[in-house]
Amino acid sequence: MAAASSLHVAAPAATPRVGSVAHKSASSAARSVRVARSGAVARSGGRLVACAAVATKADAPATDAASKSEGHEVLLFEALREGLMEEMEADPTVCVFGEDVGHYGGSYKVTKGLADKYGDLRVLDTPIAENSFTGMGVGAGMKGLRPVVEGMNMGFLLLAYNQISNNCGMLHYTSGGQFKIPLVIRGPGGVGRQLGAEHSQRLESYFQSIPGLQMVACSTPYNAKGLMKAAIRSENPVVLFEHVLLYNLKEKIPDEEYVCCLEEAEMVRPGEHVTILTYSRMRYHVMQAAKTLVNKGYDPEVIDIRSLKPFDLHTIGNSIKKTHRVLIVEECMRTGGIGASLRSAIIDNFWDYLDAPIMCLSSQDVPTPYAATLEDATVVQPAQIVAAVEQICQ
Amino acid sequence: MAAWLAGSSSKLAHSAARRLAGDLRRRGPDPWLLSSSTMPARGQLAGDLRGFCSVRRFAGDSTAATAAEESENEFAGGDLQQVVDFPGGKLSFVGEMNFVPESQRERIKCYRVLDDDGGIIYSSRFQEVGKELALKMYSNMVTLQIMDTIFYEAQRQGRISFYITSNGEEAINIASAAALSADDIVLPQYREPGVLLWRGFTPQEFANQLFGNKMDYGKGRQMPIHYGSNRLNYFTISSPIATQLPQAVGAAYSLKMDKKDACAITYFGDGGTSEGDFHAALNFAAVKEAPMIFFCRNNGWAISTPTTEQFRSDGIVTRGQAYGIRSIRVDGNDTLAVYSAVHTAREMAIAEGRPILIEAMTYRVGHHSTSDDSTKYRPADEIEHWRTARDPISRYRKWVQGNGWWCDAEETELRNSVRQEILQAVQAAERIPKHGLAELFTDVYDQVPSNLHEQQRSLLDIIKKHPSDYPTEVNS
Repeated sequence: MAAASSLHVAAPAATPRVGSVAHKSASSAARSVRVARSGAVARSGGRLVACAAVATKADAPATDAASKSEGHEVLLFEALREGLMEEMEADPTVCVFGEDVGHYGGSYKVTKGLADKYGDLRVLDTPIAENSFTGMGVGAGMKGLRPVVEGMNMGFLLLAYNQISNNCGMLHYTSGGQFKIPLVIRGPGGVGRQLGAEHSQRLESYFQSIPGLQMVACSTPYNAKGLMKAAIRSENPVVLFEHVLLYNLKEKIPDEEYVCCLEEAEMVRPGEHVTILTYSRMRYHVMQAAKTLVNKGYDPEVIDIRSLKPFDLHTIGNSIKKTHRVLIVEECMRTGGIGASLRSAIIDNFWDYLDAPIMCLSSQDVPTPYAATLEDATVVQPAQIVAAVEQICQ
Repeated sequence: MAAWLAGSSSKLAHSAARRLAGDLRRRGPDPWLLSSSTMPARGQLAGDLRGFCSVRRFAGDSTAATAAEESENEFAGGDLQQVVDFPGGKLSFVGEMNFVPESQRERIKCYRVLDDDGGIIYSSRFQEVGKELALKMYSNMVTLQIMDTIFYEAQRQGRISFYITSNGEEAINIASAAALSADDIVLPQYREPGVLLWRGFTPQEFANQLFGNKMDYGKGRQMPIHYGSNRLNYFTISSPIATQLPQAVGAAYSLKMDKKDACAITYFGDGGTSEGDFHAALNFAAVKEAPMIFFCRNNGWAISTPTTEQFRSDGIVTRGQAYGIRSIRVDGNDTLAVYSAVHTAREMAIAEGRPILIEAMTYRVGHHSTSDDSTKYRPADEIEHWRTARDPISRYRKWVQGNGWWCDAEETELRNSVRQEILQAVQAAERIPKHGLAELFTDVYDQVPSNLHEQQRSLLDIIKKHPSDYPTEVNS
């Protein structure tokens, strides 16, 4: 499916910002945002969202092919920064907390230059206490600010679990809707290059149970910027998972403003034989395997699920109804990972459409070792993916 | 003190001694000497902020060090260096290993205004309180006490599942609230309903939360006493201990961003100070210069753990200085002292953009909660002593009556009418129905997502199929 003709969407139906800042609806109405329609209708509930742009059959990353202007090339971390900067520019309640995010620019340079532009108060360098600066984000959010909390590495946010689970996820509910917590919690996670076990955590496994949270994982510069913007605008707390090894991915993204849909999956490569569901870095392993599979005569449909909580069962379901075979490729550990939950959700909803058991390729239930050969063995490799597809399609 | 000079040439020793003496006059007592740091309990905020209180500045203070440097240059032979620099500033050094003792010789003094008989201690300075404010505080304290009695009883009768009293801490609750403005953001632990009461939360609103009925602002989602009111700037209570401390820093930060004439205040007990969040929040607040008050209710007990087993420091007030936070210890059962301290702390926090730590000494007269029987771990006569002889309400009443502002007849009338009001509130709250099932799934997110719609449908389906297994009111 090629990208359809673009639509201009008028005033965002965003809920007014709480707090002393005047709502920017007037200026927002003036900004028209390009929307590329995918097959699915945006399930936005009235909010301004752009549906995931749809790729052509080639395995190029998703871009808006109908874009009139040239677009500009960015690296993924720059795309994140662009998104963050645009939101900080438009809304003075958006602020950033984290270690070394200020003049140092963040350990992955996502916040570089922001402190110079917006000052030390809005881009706040915090002492080393994840539970505390996340708690601080909760308190500030409850009073009308929109903090973006950066964990230097997602694994460190385990220290913030108490605040994230017991307060961030819960307080909107337990206060009877009186207090909202429009927090964005973001940071690099996933298995890197020999960073050691504590720096290779997949926190999406641990967080997925928390009621009240939303989780998304970006994988391309395009969706990184779009998801960052959507996460900031969301009234709910959103955890945005970035991957340590994807920060330097390069892609041309539109010059015009756009926002991605938090709850939508991204169709990477349409196909007929098998639905491969993946996210974050594994998308690239899958696409590499897809090249081999195509040569072998297979036609895989690759979906980057992007929304880890909730799952986009609409897009996923449509795909399963077409292919009847599912392979999940993830970086989480086998036990209690995203794959485990996704498998369960598919069985609950699409059992009748399956012609084969759902396969799931995950990392083993071991801490990530340091030695390169060992580390590589814990991450799903393209060869495994090819073999799995061959097995499913027998 | 000048022992280290022994062995140096006498000329240099004299010059050094003179320099040190000059330094001492400038700086106050030698940092290595034991002394208690007392805060004058004054209401004025003189223009000289640094000299406002006798906060000791350690030798790392740059002005003292610069002065040392200047007089250093007066030395003929320059080889007697007394200052060394490291990240963080210049330090004087000594040849003696003077360990900073684990405790001061004398405990930090407690600020007090009223004596046990309700008379003003003659030397006390305090924030004046007029008749109207005094009576409002008094009647709120009485209301809080009666509210606690009746709600506690309601739990014992099985009408509500749980309750936490604030017995013995009425002065802390009401007097601190009275010193705040409506714009100040309150982040409580759970033993501060009096602050909410002061701000206008009615007995009916309290009762509705306890019964978790349809009128509860929390929509029946939290257990009893987990009140919250955005309208009254009182954060919804969350059970885990001390989580509100870093959140208070965030709230103060938002006030700072908005440049509001207000502060954040957060309450916690002696037990809560052991949590990691306490440490980090104080550090954050100091570094970020957050306009806020950390209010510690040191009531001697964390369920069954006495303070002797909770920490080894001289209470909480000593810890403030470790983070660079101005602190005061106050008699928490003294209404006027608490009022003055919070009033002053608030002014400082806002004017100077800094956190203040208040440790209010008190006693937890009641059990930790209705799930606790404190006679198991402390003597009944100790409890009785604090309940009667050290009751903050009767002590304050003596002062109020001493001023001719109150009499026994008014006391009886107040107690009767408050009692009636609260009893009615309980009865009314009991009769108001609970929310239907729709509210089980709302407010998890800003809008109900499809998976929760799905789960709701599934639940209603099951109830329809097995109605006798579910309460009848639940069908909506």
